[in-house]
Amino acid sequence: MSDRIEKRIELKAPVSRVWRALTDYREFGEWFRVKIEGPFKPGEVSRGQVTYPGYEHLKWEAIVQKMEPERLFSFTWHPAGVDPKKDYSKETPTLVEFKLEKTANGTLLVVVESGFDKIPADRRLEAFRMNEGGWETQMKNIESYVARKP
Amino acid sequence: MSPASRNRIARRQTRAPVFAALGDETRLLLVAKLCRGQPSSISELTEGSKLTRQAITKHLRVLERVGIVHSIRAGRESRFKFNPEPIKDIREYLDLVSAQWDEALSRLKAFVEQ
Repeated sequence: MSDRIEKRIELKAPVSRVWRALTDYREFGEWFRVKIEGPFKPGEVSRGQVTYPGYEHLKWEAIVQKMEPERLFSFTWHPAGVDPKKDYSKETPTLVEFKLEKTANGTLLVVVESGFDKIPADRRLEAFRMNEGGWETQMKNIESYVARKP
Repeated sequence: MSPASRNRIARRQTRAPVFAALGDETRLLLVAKLCRGQPSSISELTEGSKLTRQAITKHLRVLERVGIVHSIRAGRESRFKFNPEPIKDIREYLDLVSAQWDEALSRLKAFVEQ
């Protein structure tokens, strides 16, 4: 099983436009459906409230990591960290990275969320590629993986 | 990110221990052995391995703690049985997070292309 999720999406908008939609806290809140208290700053905690109808009691909390203009925006958060009554401080946060690339028609946006486990994931997680096929197939994958790397 | 699904996730236990339990080659090998066959004893699982019974037992306990294997008493020895649920569960969880990103990104697309 991979411990990361990767999404690629082509946006018909210039890189500068996408960058603003990602890093201006008000614009981010528009499409992400959160009301964030203030601007994103690397190294600082971003707090806010979910605005999705019916779920306004849920909190938004993330720590902004990197803001490399028109290239990379990243933050860490608890993907399950939505219930204000629960303490997530002992859980390892995941890292969300937005990477931007200029294309002929606009922008290629790559989003990677990683760190669902706290151990550096590379080869071993290959074995748990479960995105396609059933359980049997996955177990064959594990077998061939361990056979390759005894 | 649909808070509805995020909320579903919040109610579940943390998956990190399951990911961590699987993050070891010996344990992956044990899972590979156990997932197809009958419940196995420690001796059977130690066979062909360079590790001692004690080491194998330790790894089995790690898997047992997160529910990937269950031990069953069979006479004087314990046998270990594979349970796919925790692994299915983390897979389902990743599918959910993945679907949430799809939703959020389609909103972003509409937002910047409008």
